[in-house]
Amino acid sequence: MPGLKDVKEKIKGVKKTAQITKAMNMVASAKLRGAQEKMERFRPYAVKFAEAMRDLSGGMEGNDLPLMEVREVKKVEIVVVTSDRGLCGSFNANIIKTAERLRKQYEAEGKTVSFVTVGKKGTQAFKKSGKLRTQFNDIMGSFQMFNAREISQNITAAFLDGESDQVDIVYGRFYSVAVQRPEREELLPIKPMTGEGEGAPAAAAMSGSYTYEPDPGEIMEVLLPLFLNVQIYHAMLEVGASEHAARMTAMDNATNACKDMITQLTRLYNKARQAAVTSELMDIVGGAEALKG
Amino acid sequence: MAQIHLEVVTPSGAVVSEDVDIVTAPGVGGEFGVLANHAPFLSTIKTGTLSFKKDRISKFLMVTGGFTEVSNNKVTFLVESAEYGQDIDVERALRAKERAEKRLVQAQQAAEKINRVRADAALQRALARIHTAEMARH
Repeated sequence: MPGLKDVKEKIKGVKKTAQITKAMNMVASAKLRGAQEKMERFRPYAVKFAEAMRDLSGGMEGNDLPLMEVREVKKVEIVVVTSDRGLCGSFNANIIKTAERLRKQYEAEGKTVSFVTVGKKGTQAFKKSGKLRTQFNDIMGSFQMFNAREISQNITAAFLDGESDQVDIVYGRFYSVAVQRPEREELLPIKPMTGEGEGAPAAAAMSGSYTYEPDPGEIMEVLLPLFLNVQIYHAMLEVGASEHAARMTAMDNATNACKDMITQLTRLYNKARQAAVTSELMDIVGGAEALKG
Repeated sequence: MAQIHLEVVTPSGAVVSEDVDIVTAPGVGGEFGVLANHAPFLSTIKTGTLSFKKDRISKFLMVTGGFTEVSNNKVTFLVESAEYGQDIDVERALRAKERAEKRLVQAQQAAEKINRVRADAALQRALARIHTAEMARH
């Protein structure tokens, strides 16, 4: 049976841990709200952008523009977007695992793979692989468009130089506070968007009456890099929201585990106390009996 | 006077959403103006000053690259960033201008293409900020 004092100390310690995890949970939920708001504000821009892209790329052929050029794929670059900080359950581990699986799959097809990481956790995971081309750390907190632009410029340059023939992005998508899943999307080459969604046919028919300045091809040339920024920024926002949601859940679980532990420890403490009282009583009773003798 | 609905949307939210008399924007092929009931039109925008007038009051926005769409008496600008002239920190823009000029020279000497493009973009932004702030003051 452990000593009374030891158990008491342990209970104190666990209570303190519970306090910290509780506080982290609340901080995460406040930050999640901020991240969701940012996503909300970004949505109109993204939706409008996709619409325009769809309108414009209707008459485009795959190989018209450098960023749309489809080549035989020998080198694949995987952009892995994770959070900068841990303590958010298996969120980052899942993204990293998905990226790893993708790497194995590509390598089995005889393609070489390089990584670009966004977020410290991914950088740590791929640093030793020797396949890490570039890393972007400590930018997940602020969600600045120029960060996304920097990343997209970097991967675009590699793509145009022939260092990569295809670029994928793996990030954690935010479905709900309870569900975040790793997702893979192709970034480059940019595929022409064809009539998905209901609005498309009408929009395509309408676009005939538009005046373009300069011509649609040149507009696309300007728009494509911007579109890449949009996609990367979107992935960053998704990861940001997911990270906080995952941390909320993880911290909630931790707080509950602490509570369970406190209950158990308190029970143990009471048992030990009772045992001590009983044995003391036995002593006294035994002593009294002996005196009576 | 007939009005046209102007919307300026950036990744961090809408900056302007109101009915205005006239919009002037920095198109790639030169500055252009949009009045009410303009024909459907699509153009890319370069870094520069966007201005609009409403009730004889002009307002100036510094915008960076994007595009604009005009349809159904509504003009929408999708730009990466937009700042009101009066909110611009001119001192900072001037410092940024000097920095960008220095970097541009360095990059030209070293023949680094990416850095040159970046420095050039930074310079354009700084110049646009200074110009927009000046316009807003008058």
